[in-house]
Amino acid sequence: MAISSYRVIPGPESYLSPAAASMGVVLPEKGEALIEGKIVPEEEAIEKITEKLILAKNPFFFPGPLILWAWNEKAIAKAKAVKELAEAAGAKIIPMPDYRPKYPMINPEEEINPNHPNLTIWHNKIDTCVFVGVHCHYANLALKIIRGGTDCYTIALCGQAGHEDAMITLRDIHSEEVQKLTEVVKRAKGGTPQ
Amino acid sequence: MKKNIATISPGFEDIMPEEYQDLVNDGPYGRGLGIKNLGTFKELIEEHPLCAGCGLALAIRLTAASLPAPEDTIIVGTTGCNSILMPQLAIHNIHSLFGNQSSLAAGLKRALKLRYPDKNKDVVVMAGDGGIADIGLSPTLHTWLRRENLTTIMLDNESYSNTGGQESGMSCEGAVLNMAPTGKKFPKIPMPEIAKDSGCAYVATVSVANARRLGRMVKRAILVAREIGPTYLQIFVPCPTNYKFSTSETLKRAKEREKIMEYISSEAEKLIKEANI
Repeated sequence: MAISSYRVIPGPESYLSPAAASMGVVLPEKGEALIEGKIVPEEEAIEKITEKLILAKNPFFFPGPLILWAWNEKAIAKAKAVKELAEAAGAKIIPMPDYRPKYPMINPEEEINPNHPNLTIWHNKIDTCVFVGVHCHYANLALKIIRGGTDCYTIALCGQAGHEDAMITLRDIHSEEVQKLTEVVKRAKGGTPQ
Repeated sequence: MKKNIATISPGFEDIMPEEYQDLVNDGPYGRGLGIKNLGTFKELIEEHPLCAGCGLALAIRLTAASLPAPEDTIIVGTTGCNSILMPQLAIHNIHSLFGNQSSLAAGLKRALKLRYPDKNKDVVVMAGDGGIADIGLSPTLHTWLRRENLTTIMLDNESYSNTGGQESGMSCEGAVLNMAPTGKKFPKIPMPEIAKDSGCAYVATVSVANARRLGRMVKRAILVAREIGPTYLQIFVPCPTNYKFSTSETLKRAKEREKIMEYISSEAEKLIKEANI
């Protein structure tokens, strides 16, 4: 397969940025990840995520409905792990509780919506964000809009096959993997944050 | 979705927007509420983008408040004014291709019966007069003829309203609209009669001005569809934008033109009596 020259990097890219998949970016296999559209070993992506989270001025986590709602024990466990990771990284949390369009508009201080995620990014001056627990289609939609209209660095921790439209994506991420990432972040920061 | 599943994951309660906390703590899920309880619980619609004085928006609000089990209801809609509001409801809803709503709903209902054999999952088709009586007439009729367990609710504003005001099959004879300047040349389609003749076990007509009755009819239509077969409810929802009357006159117009009709098959009558609704 030809290697795509397209790079998934912070924008603002364009009013209608292309889907990374349409530009030749392919999803990683098990044990792999994507950094800016390039397939890399998972460990390399974990290091990069850690670096991005630690160096970010204003990092935010955007948990989606798959973990915000207590569907089952797995969802509850992943939610707990994500909250611990956000705390370890010193990041704030803004939820994406569902995908309904809101009239007249969302409150960007307390909510992010996949149909206009740029509003939340702009309003809160977010430079790095982490998507986790958002259904595939809506995550890619939001990631694409963010890339199109903001300079925010996007990371997606995906429970399935990953997201081409994120600048860094890990695949097959469940509560155990989130906990491992938390440990890496804590170690990189030099101990457990107070 | 039962009420105990509509629960926020521990640790995230404080960061959820107030609207969601209200839905969880004070919403209608699993509580058997109705129109008489409006004002005492968190409704399934927060705000809407439809025109001032829109009868259709009020009908959706009243219908949503009357659903016997909103947590186990899926609404299937189609193109029209209603489709601008529908995605904002805190109820599962699907937007179909224009006119295809009944076919989609029938497949969905059959799949839900297989997936959840021990649960009632109510599938409600809610669409405009153009979607049901014109463009989607064939799928609508065929779901009735096949005796699918669906409730069909027509929001009848007697025109294609969000495309500038064309006449629909449900417009009255002589109706003049922006895009029907010489007046409609044939009568309103007799959908209640067609529904009855096509096998609906419960058929009713009401207007948006008659809230309590509308609420009761919604509950009856859904219960009968759940247990017996197809049902049809036609709600008259005057449109001030295209029929060019004051936004404050919507309910007055609805009352003036309201035709209340209720056909209940003998089997449905027994069920309704037992359920006491």
